[in-house]
Amino acid sequence: MHLNETAKHMLTGKKGRACELAMNILGELGDLYGAERMIAVSQVHIDMTLYMVDAGVEFAERMADWGGQFAVPAQLNPASIDLIHHEKMRVPTELLENSRRLESAFLKMGAIPTWTCAPYQQGLIPSFGDQVAWGESNAVAFVNSVIGARTERYADLTDVCAAITGMVPELGLHLAENRKAEILLRIADLPAQTFNDSRIYPLLGFIFGEMAGDRVAGIEGIPGQVTEDNLKSFSAAAASSGAVGLFHMIGVTPEAPDIKTCFRNGKPQDTVVITREMIDSAETRLIQGACPMPDLITLGCPHYSVEEFIRLEKYLDSRKIKSGIEFWVFTSRKTYDAIKKKNLLERIERSGVKIFTDGCSLQYPKESWNFTCAMSDSVKYANYCFSQTGLNVLFSGTRDCVETAISGELRISSLWK
Amino acid sequence: MEIAATCILPGTCRGQLLTTRQPISFWGCVDPVTGHISDKRHELFGETVSEKVLVFPFGKGSSTGSLMILELLRLNLAPAAIINIRTEPLLATGPVVGKHFYEKTFPIVNVDESDFELLKTGIYAEIVSRKNGSYIRI
Repeated sequence: MHLNETAKHMLTGKKGRACELAMNILGELGDLYGAERMIAVSQVHIDMTLYMVDAGVEFAERMADWGGQFAVPAQLNPASIDLIHHEKMRVPTELLENSRRLESAFLKMGAIPTWTCAPYQQGLIPSFGDQVAWGESNAVAFVNSVIGARTERYADLTDVCAAITGMVPELGLHLAENRKAEILLRIADLPAQTFNDSRIYPLLGFIFGEMAGDRVAGIEGIPGQVTEDNLKSFSAAAASSGAVGLFHMIGVTPEAPDIKTCFRNGKPQDTVVITREMIDSAETRLIQGACPMPDLITLGCPHYSVEEFIRLEKYLDSRKIKSGIEFWVFTSRKTYDAIKKKNLLERIERSGVKIFTDGCSLQYPKESWNFTCAMSDSVKYANYCFSQTGLNVLFSGTRDCVETAISGELRISSLWK
Repeated sequence: MEIAATCILPGTCRGQLLTTRQPISFWGCVDPVTGHISDKRHELFGETVSEKVLVFPFGKGSSTGSLMILELLRLNLAPAAIINIRTEPLLATGPVVGKHFYEKTFPIVNVDESDFELLKTGIYAEIVSRKNGSYIRI
């Protein structure tokens, strides 16, 4: 691989030990996958922010101790917990301490403390065509597909290396030729009003991920009025059921004005029709374990946006959550401040909802809360819930989550009414 | 018999195959503290990946998998080797960082889809992964 002078200096330790380790890791990955050169990135989204295992803390602390400094703006994915309202979350001391160790290491290296998994809805948002290095599967799918910036699916550890060096090997989705689709998923005729139900987008995303696997694919049949939050839930679901780093939504996303433009050789190699039965099957498979009545309703996977809070407040309509049910929403510090200014925060909390910042709905301190079954409006959450939290799980729309929480009776409406 | 393979990460080892047609995500599918497959919906649920030659077509899901592999290496619970049809960089990251950071790693090779069928669970295999020629002997 061709290295410029700066990269060579990093590789040989002239820019410090952290830079040397980071460049050696990136260089080896670049060589393995046949990169011709290293390219500069304008910003990094660091995924390795959840405290889950000690290897992550050891890596971040050692890099910071060795003088690692982020060479480009680097924003942070969520911590495991709410670093501000940790008492409300009943965070055990050890988990708080480990999360603080990661926080200190990243802040020491110059990270921007955004602590959010929806970085494309706030802060430093890249532009079409920008080369960036993002981790967090939902964010990668969104930034590549919806914004049209270019990133590979950065793994934990390489995200930190990219931020320290400001460079990545020119591979995969950084290159225009790898951004063309191979297979087409065509949505069979569904009743038009189905697309007014926000559940349809993550369900289609879930099926998309299963079908596409690790290939770039296109999807046809999504109407143009799709919202940013619909695209967010589609991205998150697709990147949880498949290794989806980039999708093309024909007529919606910027690299897909039509099939000819976004497919390799101008046409799909293969076309799969997504039927109503496949959507029903996905819905069924997202219900895991017996769950007559959830005791945790948890939203904000990925982090809730201001628009989603506005909708939630409308659904709640000043009513109170039934006692015995916890209703949580996860969001970023910035969105939290924005809804506070709008008085939305107070109105929603008055219903008995707990709003958390910084953290991840899948990583809450399980031992402090004896939940048995969770319900969420997120397909990504439902997909990962059982394996991450041990809870049985139900997926449905935000309105069903609210009605279940208020009535104390499970409400799941049909998608096809 | 000897099966032709492509070296992704170099190394040699001998171990028992643990094979699935389903993709694996090291975050969500595998418990990094025990090395067991922890996703109930996965056909390998309950099996341990530690010291096995883990055979699956390709990875899926979250980008946290690399960190989970680094933890498995740190705790000496990692697979002995991985055999894929395709290995994305995200999956190779864990063993690459492991080599530089903990001086612990494992080989990864790729095989053709037709040869994948020969790699049945329980068989003992010798993996030789080298830049100038790789094979699996079963």
